[in-house]
Amino acid sequence: MALQKDQVVLRIIAKLLMPLIMVFALYVQFHGDFGPGGGFQAGVIFASAIILYGLVFGLDAARAVIPPATLRFFAPFGVLLYGGTGVLTMLLGENFLSYNAINPAHPAEGQHLGIWAVELGVGITVASVMMMLFFAFAGRGKVKA
Amino acid sequence: MNEIMLHVVNASLLGMMIVTALAIARLRGLFAVAMLTGLFSLLSACVFVLLDAVDVAFTEAAVGAGMTTVLYLATFGLTRSREKVTPKDRAIPAMLVAGGCGAVLIYALTGMPEFGAADTPVHQHPITEKYVVTSIDETHIPNMVTTLLASYRGFDTFGEVVVVFTAGIAVLMLLGRCAREREPDQDARAKD
Repeated sequence: MALQKDQVVLRIIAKLLMPLIMVFALYVQFHGDFGPGGGFQAGVIFASAIILYGLVFGLDAARAVIPPATLRFFAPFGVLLYGGTGVLTMLLGENFLSYNAINPAHPAEGQHLGIWAVELGVGITVASVMMMLFFAFAGRGKVKA
Repeated sequence: MNEIMLHVVNASLLGMMIVTALAIARLRGLFAVAMLTGLFSLLSACVFVLLDAVDVAFTEAAVGAGMTTVLYLATFGLTRSREKVTPKDRAIPAMLVAGGCGAVLIYALTGMPEFGAADTPVHQHPITEKYVVTSIDETHIPNMVTTLLASYRGFDTFGEVVVVFTAGIAVLMLLGRCAREREPDQDARAKD
């Protein structure tokens, strides 16, 4: 999977692009309330930064950056963050995912916080699953070769 | 003038999509096909932008053009990357099925309301009024799509996240375990 050492341009450009892609993913994640985007898109964009790294520098290098065990932790963590927000609102005496309960004095503020947490959960799960998929597919190729 | 420009852009985008689809149908090298499906996704993302569906366009560009293409390429690395030659005698039934499906879709299109019509159920239903008018007061979030997905329809989105998670687990069960089992074996061979 790894490219040869003489692909200097590709390696340098990939290194330059990676932080930009990651910052853009965070922007899409946390600016989704105001512009287009949200957790789903942000998760895919963040994963694509790691996948680009894996394509250019090899799968082992990408696995060193984000070990599969970390992904196996974060994929359910996002789901639990989403569900946990719902359970929290239930504990505060409202329906499942009724964010108004988070801040009863300012319902809009509660909505904002709740949506923020829920979108973060979506982003974490989607990013982890996308990286997991890539590692699973590309990893088999390595074994075969 | 603006209207004409929009028509020209629309027509050229849709024309490029048709050409891409024809190229996908004709090519046998599947690596090229994977790249062209990515291009097709990117073109449809452009069409979504023209339809003011920016969030959908964003998802299409990220998932369709980015993620899917990479997964296709990774898959073709594992299997054969050339399509098998289809026998000539299968061409006519295939054309009939494809033509029939196309005819049904075009027939269904005639039952749809005119593009941009204001008197459709989706625009007339009281719930639309509620979302469009009161969502900004209730949540103070300008992007109505986010409000709708995460708050009003939060339960559905929860289901979607669980689906994504389940899909990841399923792929890991099918592909991940196999690779892990073979790893010690490979290390042993490397030592020899």
